[in-house]
Amino acid sequence: MFAKFLQTVYLGIKSLLVQKLRAGLAALGIFIGTSTVIWLVAMGEGVSYRAQQQILELGAKNVIVRTKQPNEGSEEDANSRVKTYGLLRADYRRIVENIPNIRRAIPMRELRYELRLDDRTVDTKLVGCTEDYLTLNRLEIARGRWLSSRDRGKKVIVLASDTAKRLFPYENPIGRAIWVGSEFYTVIGQTKDRTASAAIGGSLDSREYNLDAYISIKTLRQRVGDMVMKRVGGGQGFNFVGEDVELSQITVEVNLIEQVDETAQIIETLLKKYHQEEDYAVVVPRELLRQAERTRTMFNVLLVIIAGISLLVGGIGIMNIMLATVTERTREIGVRRALGAARSDIIGQFLAETVVLTASGGLAGVLFGLSVGPIFRLTKLAITAISPDALPPIVHSLEPRIALWSVLLSLGISLGVGVLFGVYPARKAAYLDPIEALRHE
Amino acid sequence: MDNFAFRVQDLHRTYYMKGETVHALRGVSFDVFSGEYIAIMGPSGSGKSTLLNVLGCLDRPTQGRYLLAGQDVAQIDDYQLSRIRGRRIGFVFQSYNLLQQLNVVENIKVPLQYQGLIGKDATKRCSELAELVGLGSRLFHRPTELSGGQQQRVAIARSLVNDPYFVLADEATGNLDSKTTEEVLDLFQTLNEAGKTIVMITHEDEVAARAKRVIRLRDGEVESDVINNP
Ligand SMILES: Nc1ncnc2c1ncn2[C@@H]1O[C@H](COP(=O)(O)OP(=O)(O)OP(=O)(O)O)[C@@H](O)[C@H]1O
Ligand SMILES: [Mg+2]
Repeated sequence: MFAKFLQTVYLGIKSLLVQKLRAGLAALGIFIGTSTVIWLVAMGEGVSYRAQQQILELGAKNVIVRTKQPNEGSEEDANSRVKTYGLLRADYRRIVENIPNIRRAIPMRELRYELRLDDRTVDTKLVGCTEDYLTLNRLEIARGRWLSSRDRGKKVIVLASDTAKRLFPYENPIGRAIWVGSEFYTVIGQTKDRTASAAIGGSLDSREYNLDAYISIKTLRQRVGDMVMKRVGGGQGFNFVGEDVELSQITVEVNLIEQVDETAQIIETLLKKYHQEEDYAVVVPRELLRQAERTRTMFNVLLVIIAGISLLVGGIGIMNIMLATVTERTREIGVRRALGAARSDIIGQFLAETVVLTASGGLAGVLFGLSVGPIFRLTKLAITAISPDALPPIVHSLEPRIALWSVLLSLGISLGVGVLFGVYPARKAAYLDPIEALRHE
Repeated sequence: MDNFAFRVQDLHRTYYMKGETVHALRGVSFDVFSGEYIAIMGPSGSGKSTLLNVLGCLDRPTQGRYLLAGQDVAQIDDYQLSRIRGRRIGFVFQSYNLLQQLNVVENIKVPLQYQGLIGKDATKRCSELAELVGLGSRLFHRPTELSGGQQQRVAIARSLVNDPYFVLADEATGNLDSKTTEEVLDLFQTLNEAGKTIVMITHEDEVAARAKRVIRLRDGEVESDVINNP
């Protein structure tokens, strides 16, 4: 039985080799179909894996409450130069006092600010934070030390890696003094490079950490204040607009991951009572994760549909070839029938040929698909070598991840296509009248 | 008597096409004993090929009986007909009909495949048959590398591989020159002397003369059925 099967497959291969180019071209369609599925799925998985990592950076047990600019025009003071909005220190207190299950809540205020040293300036994001901020954002100290409770209200500053590099290209910044606005601050530490985390609070950019500067939130409040003025417009008259924001973000960490959603809702209700406007957003990283998961599923479904279509096209190509083959080999079919082949034997023969054709295309496609990692890396290297800036950063950080299901699926589909599109030509061959077939030229 | 190769009794084959009916066979009867060598002759359109198709179990008669080994095979289904073709009948065609992608041994083996015989024994048997028809030195040649006469020998070897009740040859020498025709006929004669039953359709008197018995058809009926005197 098995020997007979092997024999059929062997003879199928032999017949296919009679028309190598044609068989090759027919299998090419399947090859492209399967390798495309694996490649695209691997890329998609790579992207979504990265997105998930970024979201996880935000902390699965966290609820993040962020200040956001309210929609314009609703306020009567639209023409006022200073806009007051956002989270209040009072909100922070309310959250800490009223919300159960909280492990910790960390307030933070960040604003664009220029740091200066001699003739060097750097446009940083000045972050006023508490001591917890380091661990919360998984920052690490490269040298010096992080802010401690004794630094509250003091004029000490921790620089992020890029900030430090720009102000002190050659020297060790620890212990040096830099200008923060109109006052001197002492640099006490420097953080390590850290990759960006996911975008939150409706902003499209992911959060970068490398151009930060950290001071105690108390210092920020006392020395810099809540209000920031910006110069806008050109010409003779300067025009200033300002914003008055107490807190940029409150990160709330709950005890158990199951409490995240509920806590987020309570916070939302609580804040709604005290804010007339939507000048804050409650973000749940876990929810982001779920969204990312949904996006990924949708993307994969889309891919599978595309793959299905491409394999369908490949299958039609195969069927076309097999129909031509049946016509060409009508005589052979007649001879085989005369020599004792039953209809089922003829069906088996042609089905075996089709399946061998699609399976070899499919297997080759899988092998090529599995090599997506090395090939992708090599291509990246080659392009970077030719022109260093040709690739956007997202491509650089992308690592394709092969999904087992995509391999199995594409292989399965290619075999299925072989059977599906082989049946009709095979039946056609089997139901030829042997006498007519023998007479065929 | 049990040593009939086959018997046909009152065979009719009628073709219906576009309202027109063609009576290709109208009541053909004759018995063939094992070991006979029969030539079937007749003018064009007399029904020779139609008869051969029925005898070869490629076609079913419209009416009448066809007894193979005592079994009436006139009205059995396609699958069983295929089995009988594969096990009981050897075919030799005018245009050889070897499979181009297979070599000599593989070509001879084809009928065995459909009986599930694909072991070493089968290969050995096929080589022996190739040797028997004088192609021992061409076992792995493709049909395109052989002459017409050699190809027909392969076809004859193939027709013998399943040890059939009889060999059906349709104008087996039609494509050959007189010298190779002689060689092939010699081969048939040798086979017949070894006990094989042979039924051969032919147009040529010289070919028919080698047979032991000649059946002539005319308009779908047996016109004459005579034993050749050597
Ligand atoms: N498939 C068919 N459909 C309709 N009529 C057919 C068919 N096959 C044969 N016939 C008719 O049956 C009759 C006998 O044909 P057959 O082929 O048996 O003759 P033949 O003796 O083999 O002739 P030849 O010597 O030319 O081969 C002819 O009149 C032919 O037209
Ligand atoms: Mg004829």
